[in-house]
Amino acid sequence: MNIAVVVRQVPDLIESLDIDSTASALDWESISFIVNECDDHALEQALLLKEANGGTVSVVAFDFGDVENTLYTAAAKGAERLVKIPCETHRHPSPWTAASWYAQVIRDLAADLVLVGVQAHDEFDGVLAPALATALSMPYLGVIRGVQAGSRPTTVAACKEFPRAVRARMEIELPAVLGILGADRPPRYVPVSRIRNAMNTVHFEEPGLNVPLGESPVSVCRLYPPVSGTHAEMIAGSEAEAADRIADILVEKGLLS
Amino acid sequence: MITTSTNTGEELLERLSRAESGESPWGCMQCGLCAASCPLGDAMQLRPRDLILQLLAGNVDRVLQSPSLWMCVGCYTCSLRCPRGIELTDGLWPALRDSSMQAGFQPPAELQETFQNLFKYGNTLGKSPRQRLAWAKDLNVPVRDLSKDPCRVDVLWLVGCYPSYYPRNQLVTRAWARILTKLGVSWGVLGAAEKSVGECERLFGEEGLFETLVEENRKLFDQHEFAQLLTLDPHAYRALQAFYPRYGAWYPVQHYTMFLAERMPQLQSLIVRPVEATVTYHDNCCVGRRCASYDAPRLLLQLIPGIKLVEMQRHHEDALCCGGGGGGMWLDGHIVAHGGHRLSDDRVLQADATGADVLAVSCPYELSRFEDAAKVAGLEQRLKVRDIIELLAESMELGEGSVA
Amino acid sequence: MSSRDVLVVADVQRDVLDDTTLELLSVGRGLAAAAEGQLMCVVLSADGQPFAESLSAADRLLLVNDVQLTVYSPGPYVTALQEVIAAEQPGVILVGGTSIGWDIAPLLACRLQAPLLTGCLAVQRQGDGLSASVSFCAGKMMADVHIAKLPAFLMVMPGSSRATDEVGRARVEIRVPSAPLAAEQIRFQEWVLPEPGDVDITQQSILVAVGRGIQQEDNVELAEELARVLHGAVCASRPVVDQGWLPATRQVGKSGMTVKPKLYLALGISGAPEHVEGMKGAGLIIAVNTDPNAPIFDVAHYGAEIDALDLLPALVEAVSAKKV
Repeated sequence: MNIAVVVRQVPDLIESLDIDSTASALDWESISFIVNECDDHALEQALLLKEANGGTVSVVAFDFGDVENTLYTAAAKGAERLVKIPCETHRHPSPWTAASWYAQVIRDLAADLVLVGVQAHDEFDGVLAPALATALSMPYLGVIRGVQAGSRPTTVAACKEFPRAVRARMEIELPAVLGILGADRPPRYVPVSRIRNAMNTVHFEEPGLNVPLGESPVSVCRLYPPVSGTHAEMIAGSEAEAADRIADILVEKGLLS
Repeated sequence: MITTSTNTGEELLERLSRAESGESPWGCMQCGLCAASCPLGDAMQLRPRDLILQLLAGNVDRVLQSPSLWMCVGCYTCSLRCPRGIELTDGLWPALRDSSMQAGFQPPAELQETFQNLFKYGNTLGKSPRQRLAWAKDLNVPVRDLSKDPCRVDVLWLVGCYPSYYPRNQLVTRAWARILTKLGVSWGVLGAAEKSVGECERLFGEEGLFETLVEENRKLFDQHEFAQLLTLDPHAYRALQAFYPRYGAWYPVQHYTMFLAERMPQLQSLIVRPVEATVTYHDNCCVGRRCASYDAPRLLLQLIPGIKLVEMQRHHEDALCCGGGGGGMWLDGHIVAHGGHRLSDDRVLQADATGADVLAVSCPYELSRFEDAAKVAGLEQRLKVRDIIELLAESMELGEGSVA
Repeated sequence: MSSRDVLVVADVQRDVLDDTTLELLSVGRGLAAAAEGQLMCVVLSADGQPFAESLSAADRLLLVNDVQLTVYSPGPYVTALQEVIAAEQPGVILVGGTSIGWDIAPLLACRLQAPLLTGCLAVQRQGDGLSASVSFCAGKMMADVHIAKLPAFLMVMPGSSRATDEVGRARVEIRVPSAPLAAEQIRFQEWVLPEPGDVDITQQSILVAVGRGIQQEDNVELAEELARVLHGAVCASRPVVDQGWLPATRQVGKSGMTVKPKLYLALGISGAPEHVEGMKGAGLIIAVNTDPNAPIFDVAHYGAEIDALDLLPALVEAVSAKKV
């Protein structure tokens, strides 16, 4: 099975997000990036499928931010091909335009199965995974937790998550694109020495493209941090004092029996 | 999922046979002192002696997959007592853990996250590097951030992860800043540029991560002019003193107890009031047992009028580890799941048995571990946990809310 | 049949109408009324009639009844919906942020080259298009955006609007797909239901919820102890379930359960929208998190900026003492 995985970088939310002077964009100069969590799960799922059924895993990413670290880590985990797409931007293009660029590269990889995270937290004007499926003219199923080989070599079986811990097991004819929420197990740890080793041995493939930021039919007028109408009444003090206060609140509300 | 570790097994055995003295298990005579000394030996499926036996028998896979590999808390008791001088704690164990991860076996999940935090943010807590100086907010002494305001200082103080970010530890950090200033020392910190020194990582077995941190720290330190490094953390002290030089990175370094021990007369002159307490001191494993530095902390405590020093039954080289080293801070879950327990729970009972009202420590991990343990044992009203720094600050009237 | 009209796509699966549909009808009514257009609602299922009354807030209720729509598969659902959109030409198509919605809204938006907005909190007409407020970056950032031309697809954040309380308006129309629908490349095999016998957290009046802040698996036991003392149960946010520390039946949030207990104690939970969606209806919400900016504090009634692990044993003690 020839699997392609799209791995995106998204703003790291550990820091507060700064807005630039136009007030209509994030201050991308100050943003640090982190791998999109769902894409990390997609990579793990690809590696699990390869280990169970054979094949290759190719990882595709736009060249900005901390992409090299991301790709070396993927290589250290077992990905065979690493494709770094040159782009003019310092951040991920909108899914509206990104899909067709990813599609070009993935067509060249001749992938049977494309795994992409079903969400990225900085997206709001589109969803990449189904857009990519449309650009590739492949069927799409999203919100997937777990993928295994199907009943025939040209199929896979995937569980689509529904509310109340219910899942639908679906069979999918390849080639196809799947929007991953989670893999069969959490993303594996790879020791740093392997990543450092990859830095010395691995080569990136760089297709002769230069992807522009592109446009979106959704224009941003203003960015701002959420202002909440309500906020919790904060309880101060040590753990013992706070615990006491909380217990008192429970008594007041008749919740302690 | 994991392919056979045969290659890794061969590599491991070959590496161990080539190792400098201390890493190689070949000298083991199976006396069992290590297994009997290990505070968590009873819970281990394979105690130190058993692990070595399996290695010698060639059952490398069994060793690398054993959950016992992740139950060592870096207390050095086995290493100290081994009649063959095998460096079990920071020689053999990190090599085994490293090989285990190389072979694709997964370390315990909570430890994985710690590795990831260190790699990404340079601290074990996964906090923003920009918040490194949050502890200094509203401090009544100036804190020189050398990465913004470089100049030559006598002491480059490596604040450390827990002392920077963990609320309980921040009180100690602030007190130390006041003491250093009062002593008239020229000092500075690295602010947001500071990263973990990484000793525990070597014990954790993440050697690649350790090397990365050594490289980065070396570049960082070489940008500054200072006479010595100083740390509140015995693990960081040991890394800088014993392991950084192996990578060609040598810097004079002291743990704070050693630094103060050289300034006793001056300290004495700055002590203005007594602290009435019966105190028992817990010897930490790195500066204590491993570096055999037992006197300085006691001399410092005895400098303070009103303090009556009592010893626990297990003291000096026999002190019982708090369980936080070797990755232990992030392995309690794993240890408990495999039949072990928190050593700090035992240690506070030992402290209480002396009749002391204060358990004094000089390692950042011990503060939270012993305070948690005291709560679990219901002792928190009668046994307080304090860093020596806090007791000194109190006697020098440099506590929170004091005038500089 | 104009861009003044609004189409709401109902989410129906396993004979249950998802609550978000009723919120969409409320939002849709506002958008339709602003342009003097019609509010339509489409149901894709084997037989949509049982839902007619619940969906009667719409002016027109379009039931696409087909056996191929009994269980979800993207192929037939997208094809059927595309046909309805082509026939009715609505200006705005509202889809819920459900498992099905996250597939069909973007797929159709791409096919029709129409803009798509996710995370909408509020939307209104502006000129020939729309302006909206969206939430992104896990609830840490908001954007006011503008879409110049219609049609457009909107996925509205669950809970950002009231459910509609209008009834009795709808004219029901049965629609038959013009060509046979077929699942083709993606076929439903079976439902995988959670293991019975575990705690049903939706029936609990007191829930102790643990999140990433719980740090280690053995700390779940601390939460269990608190739950015991409170006569409640432990539940979790997705990361804890992902790690395998609690089963999926304990998960609260978008892909888990929606709970409405009298007390919801959120320990070490940041309050990402996907989680909040599942618990914001709780009677009393008390949140504990070391991050003062954690979004959970915007939905909680009381909060404490403390480490949950430090608070847990203290809370067990305090509660036990007050029960006597």
